[in-house]
Amino acid sequence: MEFPDDLHYTKEHEWLRLEGNDGLIGITDFAQDALGDVVFVELPAVGATLTQGQTFGVVESNKTVSDLFAPVTGRVTAVNHVLRDEPERVNRDPYGEGWMIRIVVNKREEVDGLLDASGYRAFVATEQAK
Amino acid sequence: MGRRTPLYDVHVALGARMVDFAGWDMPLSYDGPADEHRAVREHCGIFDVSHMGEIELRGPDAAAVCQELTVNDVRRLEIGDGQYTLLCNERGGVIDDLIVFRTGPERYLLVVNAASTEKDLAWIIARAGRRAEVVDRSAELALLALQGPDSELALRTLTSLMLNGLRPFAAVEGRVAGVPALVSRTGYTGEDGFELLVAASDARTAWDPVLDATRRRDGRAAGLAARDTLRLEAGLPLCGTDMDESTTPLEAGLGWVVKLDKGPFIGREALAMEASRGVPRRLVGLALDEPGIPRHGYPVWNDGTVVGTVTSGTRSPTLGTFVGLAYVTSGVSAPGTVVQIEIRGRRVPARIVARPFYRRVRREG
Repeated sequence: MEFPDDLHYTKEHEWLRLEGNDGLIGITDFAQDALGDVVFVELPAVGATLTQGQTFGVVESNKTVSDLFAPVTGRVTAVNHVLRDEPERVNRDPYGEGWMIRIVVNKREEVDGLLDASGYRAFVATEQAK
Repeated sequence: MGRRTPLYDVHVALGARMVDFAGWDMPLSYDGPADEHRAVREHCGIFDVSHMGEIELRGPDAAAVCQELTVNDVRRLEIGDGQYTLLCNERGGVIDDLIVFRTGPERYLLVVNAASTEKDLAWIIARAGRRAEVVDRSAELALLALQGPDSELALRTLTSLMLNGLRPFAAVEGRVAGVPALVSRTGYTGEDGFELLVAASDARTAWDPVLDATRRRDGRAAGLAARDTLRLEAGLPLCGTDMDESTTPLEAGLGWVVKLDKGPFIGREALAMEASRGVPRRLVGLALDEPGIPRHGYPVWNDGTVVGTVTSGTRSPTLGTFVGLAYVTSGVSAPGTVVQIEIRGRRVPARIVARPFYRRVRREG
């Protein structure tokens, strides 16, 4: 299972990739594996405002329905519309073509509170041990 | 740990994601359900459905017992014929749907759903009494489903059976890849295809060459996830999900299966009554106008009131649209009727549409 070093992670299994003031958001390899085959992703509209810790969408697999939680506060500037027709991209490439939304990060300090790759890896290990 | 089919190790070796289904550890998907679904629509796919049950009725009165237990007319069956039919209770509620094959002068083989095998068996034994020998052959038999437009081309390389003469629902005994099999032209995907009933001990010997032949036709192994989206696109109800003992075949749109004029059978009075009065609700197709997955139990609204309940739903891989099945009151069941599906508190606009959502294109020759 992969957890790229350049990403920030939440305990709800989202990742955030900072690109200047922008943040790209998706779900982790662990999350996609636990969900199983993703069949639908419900995402906010461009322009919507996310609040850290609040739900911004839903991901459905053929097993379950899960909320998506905003890693940080920000405004949505782009949505990966390809997922509507090819939700399986979330499984195939969770950190790449399975990205979900792009936001403008409002509160940079919130990023500091997220897990880094090694912290998330350790968190996942404890989750798997449960 | 759940029950395992004789092919469990094969699925694990193929890298399948295993999932519990009705107490069985079954392959949900091997390389992703979208590709498996597409393979079955465009070429072919092989499914292990050995979790399904096989119950045999034997004896001079086997036909009479079968006639009493099931709603279709088994008198129409010559040896080698099969038919889609249902077990109903006295109220006309659906206990299970199944395919019955006449495998001998006094032998009928019922292929039933995995989730209801035990219930069916108890029901049949209670009703058959001593009039027929009832044998649960589920453990000794394995079932492979080869489905898709290229199924015949794939299977032809493994058998000398005359497959092109095998009509839908007909079955023939012969060898496939050297293994004795009952080969029927049946399936649950909306495509042409075959189901191969073999001894559990031969399952592996049959699977490997069938998978190879499938792959030579650009097909692949397919799991339960693809099986569910395929059957749903084809508008085929899933017993236990789209119908159960609280719903009748007439409500589920299976009136064509129920032969009210064949003589007495369990559920006949209730079904005849419902047929004459008209059904209060119908199982209909739903097409959503916005993205969303209608799931079992979601309310269906029309004109500000709840008019029904979703039983199944998915994103149709072939059509790229979001579809479902629901029971709605008969008054709003006409195709074209505008409804809303309540998905997590939001009412998503949808229309009632005719089933199936997908109909295969028949190939010439």
